[in-house]
Amino acid sequence: MNQAYETSATLAGYNFAFLDEQTKRMLRRAILKAVAIPGYQVPFGSREMPLPYGWGTGGMQVTAAVIGAKDVLKVIDQGADDTTNAVSIRHFFVRMTNVATTEKTREATLIQTRHRVPETPLSEGQILVYQVPIPEPLRWLEPRETETRKMHALSEYGVMHVKLYEDIAQHGHISTAYDYPVLVNGRYLMRCSPIPKFDTPKLHMNAALQLFGAGREKRIYAVPPYTEVKPLDFEDHPFEVERWPEDCALCGAQDSFLDEVILDDRGGRMFVCSDTDYCGERRAAGHTGRMSAPYKEEAAE
Amino acid sequence: MYVAVKGGEAAIGNAHQLLAEDRRGNPDVPELSVAQIREQLSGSVDRVMTEGSVYDPDLAALALKQSRGDQVEAIFLLRAYRTTLPRLAVSLPIDTGNMKVSRRISSCFKDMPGGQLLGPTFDYAHRLIDFALEAEGAAPQAEGKGALADHLPQVVDLLNAEGLIEREQPDADDAVVGDLTREPLSFPAGRDIRLQTLARADEGYLLALGYSTQRGYARSHPFVGEIRTGEVAVEIEIPELGFAVDIGDITVTECQMVNQFVGSKSEPPKFTRGYGLAFGYAERKAMAMSLVDRALRAEELGEDITAPAQDAEFVLYHADNVEASGFVQHLKLPHHVDFQAELTLVRTMRAEIAAAEARKAELAEAAQ
Repeated sequence: MNQAYETSATLAGYNFAFLDEQTKRMLRRAILKAVAIPGYQVPFGSREMPLPYGWGTGGMQVTAAVIGAKDVLKVIDQGADDTTNAVSIRHFFVRMTNVATTEKTREATLIQTRHRVPETPLSEGQILVYQVPIPEPLRWLEPRETETRKMHALSEYGVMHVKLYEDIAQHGHISTAYDYPVLVNGRYLMRCSPIPKFDTPKLHMNAALQLFGAGREKRIYAVPPYTEVKPLDFEDHPFEVERWPEDCALCGAQDSFLDEVILDDRGGRMFVCSDTDYCGERRAAGHTGRMSAPYKEEAAE
Repeated sequence: MYVAVKGGEAAIGNAHQLLAEDRRGNPDVPELSVAQIREQLSGSVDRVMTEGSVYDPDLAALALKQSRGDQVEAIFLLRAYRTTLPRLAVSLPIDTGNMKVSRRISSCFKDMPGGQLLGPTFDYAHRLIDFALEAEGAAPQAEGKGALADHLPQVVDLLNAEGLIEREQPDADDAVVGDLTREPLSFPAGRDIRLQTLARADEGYLLALGYSTQRGYARSHPFVGEIRTGEVAVEIEIPELGFAVDIGDITVTECQMVNQFVGSKSEPPKFTRGYGLAFGYAERKAMAMSLVDRALRAEELGEDITAPAQDAEFVLYHADNVEASGFVQHLKLPHHVDFQAELTLVRTMRAEIAAAEARKAELAEAAQ
């Protein structure tokens, strides 16, 4: 944000981080407002990005607004640094800002994510940017924006409690596996972008600044550091996260979100950490799972 | 070994190269030039300019070349470029009354002051594939190019001495015209924002919605008051000079739709209007736009809102094909984390149901 930052060698013909300075200023205003009113969706003049809507344009605009030349950027999709869209977005910011990138959660100052919160706890000074497809937590219950804005204004969230209650009445428990609704700072109902409910508790009292960008829907919202984030639940049906029948087959982790990998057509499968950095770090520290080969340093990044 | 679903930088690079090769097609066939696309595929160029919101035939033609003729991709390319452009000035409203028309028709009036001009149109062409076009020949020359006067007032205004057709009321001079590329859509959306959304809207979407109003979903009894296509001057006011300067001409198609209106609680019977405007020769788009514009005025005219085309939130939120195409196609991105979460939930629920049934069976056995 310092003028000196913007002189680093980036792609000719484009401003630092792609967006022009006026647009970045507009975005920063929206972000400041979002931080001041945790969980409130701030409308902003979302721009067309050179990536399609629905592929992270909101997160990219937020990242472009806050990134500086000294930042160290990490981009993940489904918890992994090497999924195609994460590669594509990271590559875009390298072209447009020339910042350093990393796959290590601890080393990153700025992390853009889709669908996951890293397993490694974040620390003060870090910023986590979520890509959000549908920012409105009440959207499946009320399709009209005019109505949902009113409901937020009046804190009229009974309809969501009724939905959760009906889940329990019909199925015995709440059948929301991801995008679990939370109340932020005791005021606004918020959608945590589609992260699995396994990750929902990580938002609570997190030391990092969490920013949410929805480009197509033109909304930015935020959870400032050390803010209360409470999943909606009932006294007799408390919020709980999913569990797996096995540990990570590579690093033996019992506390991380596991992806199921199909091994053959006879029902063979293994479970591995979705967070590739977390899994790699554990293996480097000597942890093993039931299918892991001994850990060896990977040759290339 | 475990590399499933993860793809890397190399794969993306290869995909781009394959696409480039595919775009070029058989290298034995001469490459298309941007000028050829601009001159000979003007229907595509006009659509890309209209929905891409940039009047630049060369850029639109280049975008079409790059997208190998995929119009929605070309529109996206142009839009993404548009965001990076500085805004140097806001033009004065274009004056379509001073259009150099190449086509002007009305279906309401048998004849009209200034005359009608069919101009270049598909309207009365028999749609027979012209195999002669396969052979490249001399450029066709049209004889009998009609011309109309340079100043032609809107016929709808001209023949409205009785005041049976509503008059468009201009906004106050100091009213700021909204711009949805700077400020997000909010509701209720004013007509300026509605028209801007419709002008950028996907042509197919508008066509279907406009069509639905003709089939009884918000029936609006439309007549074409006037359609005109031609060149208009774009002028900007330069503060230092204190007067307007002509910065160039653009071709636009304008449609004034007139709709019978039986009156409502608040309005007496009269004819109401819908408006459509698009870059280039884009009659289908301009007409569909004017039907949807009229349908969206339901609330202002005190009509019951019963049909999709009258529902501003529905129409405006889903009109943009760059947004729609991106979000529909984002389903191609990996979603295995969410899917895994659902999988775990479904397994748990099935296990619970099975356990409950087993218990029931045990109880039944015990009772026997």
